[in-house]
Amino acid sequence: MSPKTLYDKIWDAHVAHQADDGTCLLYIDRHLVHEVTSPQAFEGLRLTGRKVRAPDKTIAVPDHNVPTTWDREKGIDNEESRIQVEALDQNAKETGIHYYPVSDIRQGIVHIVGPEQGWTLPGMTVVCGDSHTATHGAFGALAHGIGTSEVEHVLATQTLIQKKSKNMKVEITGHLRPGVTAKDITLSVIGKTGTAGGTGYVIEYMGSAIEDLSMEGRMTVCNMAIEGGARAGLIAPDQKTFDYVQGRPHAPKGAQWEAALAWWKTLKSDPDAHWDKVVTLRGEDIAPVVTWGTSPEDVLPIDATVPDPSSFTGGKVEAAQRALDYMGLKPGQKLQDIQIDTVFIGSCTNGRIEDLRAAAEIVKGRKIKEGMRAMVVPGSGLVRLQAEEEGLADIFKEAGFEWRLAGCSMCLAMNPDQLSPGERCAATSNRNFEGRQGRGGRTHLMSPAMAAAAAVTGHLTDVRELS
Amino acid sequence: MDKFTTITGVAAPMPLVNIDTDMIIPKQFLKTIKRSGLGVNLFDEMRYTQDGKENPDFVLNKPAYRKSEILIAGDNFGCGSSREHAPWALLDFGIRSIISTSFADIFYSNCFKNGILPIVLKPEEVAVLMKDAEKGENARITVDLESQTVTSADGEVFHFEVDAFKKRCLLEGLDDIGLTMEKASAIDAYEKAAAVERPWV
Ligand code: SF4
Repeated sequence: MSPKTLYDKIWDAHVAHQADDGTCLLYIDRHLVHEVTSPQAFEGLRLTGRKVRAPDKTIAVPDHNVPTTWDREKGIDNEESRIQVEALDQNAKETGIHYYPVSDIRQGIVHIVGPEQGWTLPGMTVVCGDSHTATHGAFGALAHGIGTSEVEHVLATQTLIQKKSKNMKVEITGHLRPGVTAKDITLSVIGKTGTAGGTGYVIEYMGSAIEDLSMEGRMTVCNMAIEGGARAGLIAPDQKTFDYVQGRPHAPKGAQWEAALAWWKTLKSDPDAHWDKVVTLRGEDIAPVVTWGTSPEDVLPIDATVPDPSSFTGGKVEAAQRALDYMGLKPGQKLQDIQIDTVFIGSCTNGRIEDLRAAAEIVKGRKIKEGMRAMVVPGSGLVRLQAEEEGLADIFKEAGFEWRLAGCSMCLAMNPDQLSPGERCAATSNRNFEGRQGRGGRTHLMSPAMAAAAAVTGHLTDVRELS
Repeated sequence: MDKFTTITGVAAPMPLVNIDTDMIIPKQFLKTIKRSGLGVNLFDEMRYTQDGKENPDFVLNKPAYRKSEILIAGDNFGCGSSREHAPWALLDFGIRSIISTSFADIFYSNCFKNGILPIVLKPEEVAVLMKDAEKGENARITVDLESQTVTSADGEVFHFEVDAFKKRCLLEGLDDIGLTMEKASAIDAYEKAAAVERPWV
């Protein structure tokens, strides 16, 4: 048998039908659903008289529009947001899919809830009408975002029409230095390959620095595979993966666990597998990084200066100039001198317990800068409870942070958590596009520890100088 | 879905690279539960000023391009969020084809589901079409799906690749869910076998 990559293996195990031209029907093991990209899909089923084929493999949770303030029981003020969440309530009820409504303590960001509840398992195919579905690749699951028409296709047929992507290996050798995190890895990779560097590929992240990461860290890395243009990001499952999964509500048990484990252990790329593209970074070379522009590829080490647009080539010259105008920055300015008004810690990239621990460690015994608006939005209700039990919530509150309920919140500002024009935010989320966190808002992406450091000092800060 | 065969007309130039789906349709318009009506908010934050007036400098607000059915765009068009609201908004405005050097993966497949043809050409070919587009009403280009060609205003012909299945769906306006459901027996058989091999799923 010819050697295979992890992607090849998962793909081969899920082809339900292959046409002569190579177009495949890929069987989907888990379909995650949220309120923004699904109403039109359910409506489509109704109009055509079709049914949800596998309700037991479909899991829904509202997250994007949900208020994260403590008075959210009173309902959603914005009428359109409310209608969208109610539509999901109704669609879930009518079709019998698994559902975590806003009132459920397990509610949270779909990509945090899936793994937390044991829905995401190694070797699965996982899709969701959301580009950050790539997150689930941390378990060695083939996971990617789809559009609403495809949501409808999966609801109706439990398959997707797909052509296979190419294989790309991203290897992080050696080990990270202190103060450097999974977020710095994933941003640095995008900084190197560009936002289109992964287009047409499924990336497998490997190497000792990846193996060192916790499951939370691995999810952070895979989460941003899409920002590098890749269809999906993958990390081969290992003992850490199995330990994380075991005992979760929907993980297999008893004899099934043993059978699953035996298969999962085969889920790694063969040593001589073929790679269409290889990118290698040395763990020791990765620094804590921040973004300066309006694309996740606009990334630099914190001790660098704002680049000159003329140092780029092609269409990027204009894009960089536009980004600097939008961000209100000048070439040559030190990144560490950039003043911040707002800090947002949360999102499916960095809203897990380990992220909150890392931020709390920096904040502990300190206060946020006067006038700073800083918030922590846990990724799920269960993350929130755990952080409260561990005393992290108190650390944040004492420092002056707002402590919120779970949801997407200021990651994309579909709920009332938004930046005003010109406001500048240190954010642990994944996109710094124009207007992403509110029209005219300026976003700098970074790790939770770096965002916490910025909250304390009031400007972009090298976390290594604080801890 | 509307069929796509051939279109001829004035193309709108958008040379900016990395135009993301947040730019194409900002999040405040994702709250709809319908597919239609998003055209007025296409490129909202570039197209309108803070007080809601049209920005006269924005390409689609210029008289020559208000009815464009073709966009010529910079690299990596449609990156970012998977929102299908992006092609819905483009289609609702009237855009039926987008030509660039590269597209983000999810956006690219979303286009085909909505009767929009995304076309990848070589940088030098896109450059020719971009020049044409900048000439406004003086230059018309033609996109022909059947022959997989784009013809510039000067009659230069560029060939493009398109997946055979996607091409057929677009030419005939086919519903791909219906096509997949015809293969229900294959899906049933897969499910039966998988239930034995991986019963924990
Ligand atoms: S947290 Fe942000 S990136 Fe993640 S699913 Fe929510 S909106 Fe999308």
